Amino acid sequence: MVRRTLCACLSMALWSVSLLAQPGQEGFAPVTGAPASEQIPAAPLVISSYAFFLVLLFVYLWTIWRRIGKVEADMRNLERRQSDGGQRR
Amino acid sequence: MKKAFVPLVVLAAAIFAYAPVAINRAELESTMLLVQKIFYFHFATWMALTAAIAVCGVASVIYLFKGSPIADWYGVASAELVVIFGVFGLFSGSLWGRKAWGVWWQWDPRVTMATMLVLVFLGYLMVRKYGGPGSEKLAAAMGIFGAATAPFVYKSTDWWRNIHPPTSVVKTLGDKFPAAWDLVLYCSGAFLLLVVLLLAARVRLEALRAELDRLYLALED
Repeated sequence: MVRRTLCACLSMALWSVSLLAQPGQEGFAPVTGAPASEQIPAAPLVISSYAFFLVLLFVYLWTIWRRIGKVEADMRNLERRQSDGGQRR
Repeated sequence: MKKAFVPLVVLAAAIFAYAPVAINRAELESTMLLVQKIFYFHFATWMALTAAIAVCGVASVIYLFKGSPIADWYGVASAELVVIFGVFGLFSGSLWGRKAWGVWWQWDPRVTMATMLVLVFLGYLMVRKYGGPGSEKLAAAMGIFGAATAPFVYKSTDWWRNIHPPTSVVKTLGDKFPAAWDLVLYCSGAFLLLVVLLLAARVRLEALRAELDRLYLALED
């Protein structure tokens, strides 16, 4: 009697487990309208894009300005050396 | 150009100062919403890059076959601009792709070919810097081949369809989204003006370097 009762309880338990179990997922399924918490925010990407352009532009302008300044300084030194040489002669 | 340079710089500064305001006010696109606003500078930078490539290609041909030093100055100046605008174009595209495609980088034919194009012009600059005497002619040949690659980069989205939108998106923008088209023209104009100004400043640097070399040679004599 006890054995029959245990078998019945076990069968019921196994049956209920199979009822409660969710069907297995066959693969990824697309969803439309994901919740806001799952979406990538666009504002930082847009701001980063425009900020990067401004930084790149100003760095490039600074390098041009620095290179022109260096060449002009070299030219001034050279002209000074030329004029010093001319005076000694 | 000397007299017009300062007024043009002021004009460009005003245009670029107003550009973010105009972009902020622009209507949102229906599917991509806010992130689509990267498009206005992204597209304009590729227009600027195309202009710089055209200058580099023509200057390289003139230098290679006529030996004009001024053409060489324009060649190296525009090659530098190709790299600058190319880096920004790839960066802004990557940021846009992160939202629109879900990835920072995609080995799409357009993206890959644009990267190769920028690398060719980076190679041009490296040849000029480290190639030693005679590297100008080798670099000019690279400039011609780099310029010849540009039409393939442009048509790559139509020939090898992948994730990047085809060229028809921009062609039909005026009909579908007129406000966006006006802003695209505004930003493209601003970037083209920037190309002219940067090119003028960079060519002046090359002219000064040539003058310095001439002074050194005069001193040695």
